[in-house]
Amino acid sequence: MSETSQPVAAAPVSPARAKLLRFLVRDAGVLLALVLITLFFSLTAPYFATSGNALKIFVQIAINTVLAAGMTFVILTGGIDLSVGSVLALCTVVGATVMIDESLSPAVAITLALLACMATGAVCGFLNGWISTRWKIPSFIVTLGMLNMAAGAARVVSDNSTITGLPQSFVDFGNLIIGGFLPSIFLVAVLVIAAGWFVLRFTVFGRMIFAVGTNDEAVRLSGHNPDFYKVAAFTISGLTAGIAAMVYLLRLNIGSPIAGVGYELNAIAAVIIGGTSLSGGKGSIIGTLVGACILQVLSTGLQLLGVGDNFKPIVIGLVIVLAVILDAYRERLLRRIR
Amino acid sequence: MDAILSLEGVGKIFPGAVALSDVSLSIARGETHIILGENGAGKSTLIKLLAGIYQPDSGSIAFNGQPYQPKTPHDAQLSGIRIVHQELNLLPYLSIAENLMLENLPRRAFGIVDGKALNSRAVALLKEVGLDIDPRTRVEALGVAQMQLVEIAKALSYDSKLLVLDEPTATLTPPEIERLFSIIKRLKARGVTIIYISHRLHEVFEIGDRVTVLRNGRLVSTRDLQGLTVPDLVRMMIGRDIADEYGFDASIMQGEVALRVTNLKRDAATPAISFNVRHGEILGVAGLVGSGRTEAMRALFGADPKLDGLVEIGGKPVAIAAPKDAVRHGLSLLTEDRKGQGLLLDMPVDKNITITDLGKVSRNGLIRRRAEAAAANDLVGQLRVKAGSIEQAVRNLSGGNQQKVVLAKWLFRGTSTLILDEPTRGVDIGARREIYQLLWMLAAAQKGIIMVSSDLPELMGMCHRIIVFSRNKIVGEVPRAAFDQEHILSLAYQEYVRP
Ligand SMILES: Nc1ncnc2c1ncn2[C@@H]1O[C@H](COP(=O)(O)OP(=O)(O)OP(=O)(O)O)[C@@H](O)[C@H]1O
Ligand SMILES: [Mg+2]
Repeated sequence: MSETSQPVAAAPVSPARAKLLRFLVRDAGVLLALVLITLFFSLTAPYFATSGNALKIFVQIAINTVLAAGMTFVILTGGIDLSVGSVLALCTVVGATVMIDESLSPAVAITLALLACMATGAVCGFLNGWISTRWKIPSFIVTLGMLNMAAGAARVVSDNSTITGLPQSFVDFGNLIIGGFLPSIFLVAVLVIAAGWFVLRFTVFGRMIFAVGTNDEAVRLSGHNPDFYKVAAFTISGLTAGIAAMVYLLRLNIGSPIAGVGYELNAIAAVIIGGTSLSGGKGSIIGTLVGACILQVLSTGLQLLGVGDNFKPIVIGLVIVLAVILDAYRERLLRRIR
Repeated sequence: MDAILSLEGVGKIFPGAVALSDVSLSIARGETHIILGENGAGKSTLIKLLAGIYQPDSGSIAFNGQPYQPKTPHDAQLSGIRIVHQELNLLPYLSIAENLMLENLPRRAFGIVDGKALNSRAVALLKEVGLDIDPRTRVEALGVAQMQLVEIAKALSYDSKLLVLDEPTATLTPPEIERLFSIIKRLKARGVTIIYISHRLHEVFEIGDRVTVLRNGRLVSTRDLQGLTVPDLVRMMIGRDIADEYGFDASIMQGEVALRVTNLKRDAATPAISFNVRHGEILGVAGLVGSGRTEAMRALFGADPKLDGLVEIGGKPVAIAAPKDAVRHGLSLLTEDRKGQGLLLDMPVDKNITITDLGKVSRNGLIRRRAEAAAANDLVGQLRVKAGSIEQAVRNLSGGNQQKVVLAKWLFRGTSTLILDEPTRGVDIGARREIYQLLWMLAAAQKGIIMVSSDLPELMGMCHRIIVFSRNKIVGEVPRAAFDQEHILSLAYQEYVRP
């Protein structure tokens, strides 16, 4: 190889520039992809670039974003949570059941429902984490079990029927569009992402999540209990499934035992497209938000373009695979920059 | 000179580091060529160019008179170059035999692996390097030195024209080194060319013909080894003399017993062991590879389960079920396997250092990045870790500098008793001297220090007392006044020669 063949790669990079490059490659890449896809559909798909459509996308994105936020924690520790979809279903029926209790005033009912959703989700998540660390079982298996158990529990609780008749004030809040551009349920999603971002970036706990995913044995030998952080990550994922269930109730106004089928895969896809590595230790929750946006923009855009429901999943599947390929490539680039 | 390998103006630049620049070097056919240099001098990078792991940014390489541009490690193997890398690269969940023969598994009809042939060939290979272990053992169960021997055996299982050994002896004890050297001599007699990298300067005279010294990525000189001395090599490497390598500090007062271990039993099959270390004392732990030193320390620290035994810290019995208990009671364990157990390879230097005590750089659960950076920079400066910045991923540091990061993380924690398993593994002589000084500082601050090392001269230079392991048993305790290499080695052998 001659000296001139790779002048760019060969130039030493100053720490500041390395930092910038690292940001561009790691975080800006997906963002750029989102911008390009949005641009593409804006130019090609009718009605895509309208405020009504933008609002619709914001609304549709909310549930997946909340689920994916918790999923990011789990995947960062090197685990996976397949149960979030049916945990969400369980939480919707639990939440709806509490909410339609006529002996309670609407405000109390709604508050109790929120707490019940979060508690139910957190307990499911805790069990996922506790079982997989206590008996050293891959989380893939444990959460697959939980997927079935929670789905069954949802049927039991709801007596296999859809629960309707939520308080009017609750339904109204779900339809609220703050300032004419910010749907209330999207605000919930953004708040969850913001909280996750803060925790992962600034707290000791967040640091430990990354460390455990990078090398849990080294963490253990440094005097910590890695299992604690793994269980916590699963609990967070369950908790966000509970919050997502509330969002589901806000949006669709029904508690349903068949809600959330396949949601776990969308959540995982958002996390992976967002650049979080399935092997743990690397990723960002902002990426997850962008990943969720990409998925929804694609789905809506393709629909507006008239791509049939049969072809849409094919395209989306391809994009997911592409994202993982890009991720591997990005890893290589990052190694050179650090 | 008939050169088998020649490099012309070779350069390699990483973001933030010039690893090699304008290196021109010829390796003569059949010679054993030693490469020396400080940590981060570019030795391993040079080897990785030969291995096809990196490609040079400038210059050219010729092998056997032909231009040599390997794109992958496989290319290098096809050309007849075999490399034992500094960092171990075995597959932990496969057996030793499978690892040894991975590229060429013996097969029967239908591609089924011939298990019998596999194991019998593996036994023969292991015997050659003197590793007496069932080849069906999974690699994850081995200690670092044993893995090193497996790597060497693996390289030997192929006929090669050029064999490269990057710090093969960093974890080996004298008998294994002896055996490795006799293998090297045998290969040399068969005409194999050998490139050999080491930080143990005394050993290179036994096998080397010529020596090349690198400094900051540049070639300082290539000389015949004959007529050179260790101080000459040191001067070539670091540009100055090192007067008293160990700097034993006789003025340090010893205090009360810091850590006392009584009848520690790992499992039913291993004997119980007892030892203690005082405040201000450096206790050496000697023994052959696989003699149970590391395992005993791990059990004590709670890293592995133990059956029985009393651990007292500062005179009080403590219960240690997991490393977190040990750390809470003021123990540190620097593990021998830095890659697998010590480091968060993909995380930056600062986060690796502060992981042992995030409480020190946080308030109300929030990390104070400024304080963290300051603490990390402090230790990086103190240990002279060569890194682009504290934000560089540890993976991209040279081996010796990674080792310094592992040490730094326990210094950051600042516990009252430190167990150091191979603390100077792969560290260059200048930096070693700095680490030794640091240990004396710690001792003067009345810390208790347990030093496990396969480098016997190092133990004899640094320790107040040495306990010797032989087949999982402590067979002797030697006070400084009675230090004698022969005597300590014979103790280390004791349980293996007796029926
Ligand atoms: N992938 C990489 N990215 C960035 N810098 C690197 C990379 N690999 C090596 N370096 C840098 O190149 C320099 C040379 O490293 P190298 O591993 O060759 O040193 P070495 O001589 O083998 O040292 P040691 O004795 O510690 O093993 C070091 O400063 C190191 O940090
Ligand atoms: Mg090296």
